[in-house]
Amino acid sequence: MKLTSLLTGATLALGLAAGGAWADKTKVGFVYVGPVGDGGWTYEHDKGRLAVEAEFGDKVETVFVESVAEGPDAERVMTQMALGGAKLIFTTSFGYMDPTINVAKKFPNVKFEHATGYKTADNVSVYSARFYQGCAIQGHIAGSMTKSNIIGYIGSFPIPEVIRGINSAYIHAKKVNPDVRFKIVWAYTWFDPAKEADAAKVLIEQGADVILQHTDSTAPLAAASEAGNVIGFGQASDMSEYADGPRVSAIIDNWGPYYVERTRAVMDGTWASVNTWNGIGEGMVGIGEITDRVPADVKAEALAMKDAIAAGDYHPFTGPLNKQDGSVWLKDGETADDGTLAGMGFYVEGIEGDIPN
Amino acid sequence: MDISAINPVLLVASLMVAATPILLAAIGELVVERAGVLNLGVEGMMIIGAISGFAIAVETGSPLLGFIASAIGGAMLSLLFVFLTQVVLANQVASGLALTLFGLGLSALMGQRYVGVRPPQTAHLDIPFLSDMPVLGPILFSHDPILYLSIAIVASIWAVLKYTRAGLILRAVGENHDAAHALGYKVVRIRIMAIMFGGACAGLGGAYISLVRVPQWTEGMTAGVGWIALALVVFASWKPWRVLLGAYLFGGVTVVQLNLQAAGVAIPVEYLAMSPYLITIIVLVILSKDKSSAPASLGRIFHASH
Repeated sequence: MKLTSLLTGATLALGLAAGGAWADKTKVGFVYVGPVGDGGWTYEHDKGRLAVEAEFGDKVETVFVESVAEGPDAERVMTQMALGGAKLIFTTSFGYMDPTINVAKKFPNVKFEHATGYKTADNVSVYSARFYQGCAIQGHIAGSMTKSNIIGYIGSFPIPEVIRGINSAYIHAKKVNPDVRFKIVWAYTWFDPAKEADAAKVLIEQGADVILQHTDSTAPLAAASEAGNVIGFGQASDMSEYADGPRVSAIIDNWGPYYVERTRAVMDGTWASVNTWNGIGEGMVGIGEITDRVPADVKAEALAMKDAIAAGDYHPFTGPLNKQDGSVWLKDGETADDGTLAGMGFYVEGIEGDIPN
Repeated sequence: MDISAINPVLLVASLMVAATPILLAAIGELVVERAGVLNLGVEGMMIIGAISGFAIAVETGSPLLGFIASAIGGAMLSLLFVFLTQVVLANQVASGLALTLFGLGLSALMGQRYVGVRPPQTAHLDIPFLSDMPVLGPILFSHDPILYLSIAIVASIWAVLKYTRAGLILRAVGENHDAAHALGYKVVRIRIMAIMFGGACAGLGGAYISLVRVPQWTEGMTAGVGWIALALVVFASWKPWRVLLGAYLFGGVTVVQLNLQAAGVAIPVEYLAMSPYLITIIVLVILSKDKSSAPASLGRIFHASH
């Protein structure tokens, strides 16, 4: 990271020295919450960045800063990027929402793209993937395969994106296995391998034989692999290095096409503030190969569900569904609207425990 | 709520594992600070230890060699700090921060080939009869050797500082380097050895994360443990047994709160999540009501001409 930023700094200096020679280069900045080598979330965003470079070659210049804490420090990093000449800045974590809006106000000519948030402005778009579609498939596999009927779920922060995932997984696990219980642990971090592994170990010690995670590193899979008879899923990335062990499938984020499209829009001058929320159908969410550890019939059902979701024939949040307190959320056949999903702050009926504030 | 789901024996056993990386890093830093040097590069030395240990363990198939390599790796990186602060007399705070940044970057570079690789398993102690005892067996007699080593290091640091001439000299250097110099002690040489010892301990702590606690290599995987170790040394008033207490409290409460969460105990998760920090600080602050204070020469630059 340090070397890269040094090099980009040097390139910038060179660019300035060379005068207008490189002026037609579009500079695109990326702010990452973890290291690019986390093997999960940030790794995939960086793949998206590389896709932009591959597409436009020397017409673009990309810069990134990794392991940026969510909060005031993020504002500093974004400001620095904007001052450094970036025309488009992707801020790739929920916690960058307010910093992005703040910095965007100061740089009206710079376009910002904030991942997984909901606040937009004239020069701020938001984009996210419908991870909950993948969670539905994971829930189906998890519910079908658990023998202890206890599924451990490692949450990061109690934000709508994560809560949606828990609900979606739970609904589909419950559907195939009425006895299933979810044990949920909040790690309060996106990336801390030691803590993620601890959380997985705790859940396994308390009887979970399936681990679902909504954190960024592969550590929970390492813990599951140590424990032996436990399965887990890749999160945000394929994590296929654990495919001969605990990993039976994965939710894969595919940001490349979106990043390329948005960069092109900035180059063409056609960029406008949008709210993008794409799923399996559009290719922003992929399902990693389902391994042979999954029984053939379960695999077939999972793939059928994937196809139905992709085709738009099936919505993971289809009624009848009640909220945790027993009140009716969706009537029979009704599907959830995007507004409710985007701000989801409640568990569905059957999940134990409270959502932290 | 289902407290019975928590197995207290497994809980104690796993809190010891969770505490060991912090303990190793903190006890090393304690020696460095008792010698009057403030090395903020603990995080950097840990992560270098994590990747050196991991790489060597994978290449040789021997976790033991991996741990040795991690200690060497940490000590080697600390030599950079030695050069900056003891030879060219640079500011210790800035040099320490630089060491952390450098360590994180270098480890990411070194670790490119090791992402997704699984390390050889570190053997656990298995003493016939003792390890099979109920309750005491899993808690006391079935850990990996490094965990015992960490406790042994704490005990010997305590003994050396309290009872030996070497410990007295180290403390003298930390309290008043000019006086120690006037008495003929090699201030710089003693500090270099202390810094390297601190680096080796931090390296071991890092490798404990990548080889035992997780076990895998991920960039930036120490995720701030080094900073917690640094804070721990201060809150423990530079006393070895308090460092042990603090590390076990911190690691312990972390594991306990995860267990309570998983068991669905009706305590708001926000409080559980902050409890490791709060409880550790409160306990150590109460303990440090006596007059113990920082080594007087801590962080000050020494030059024989002063």
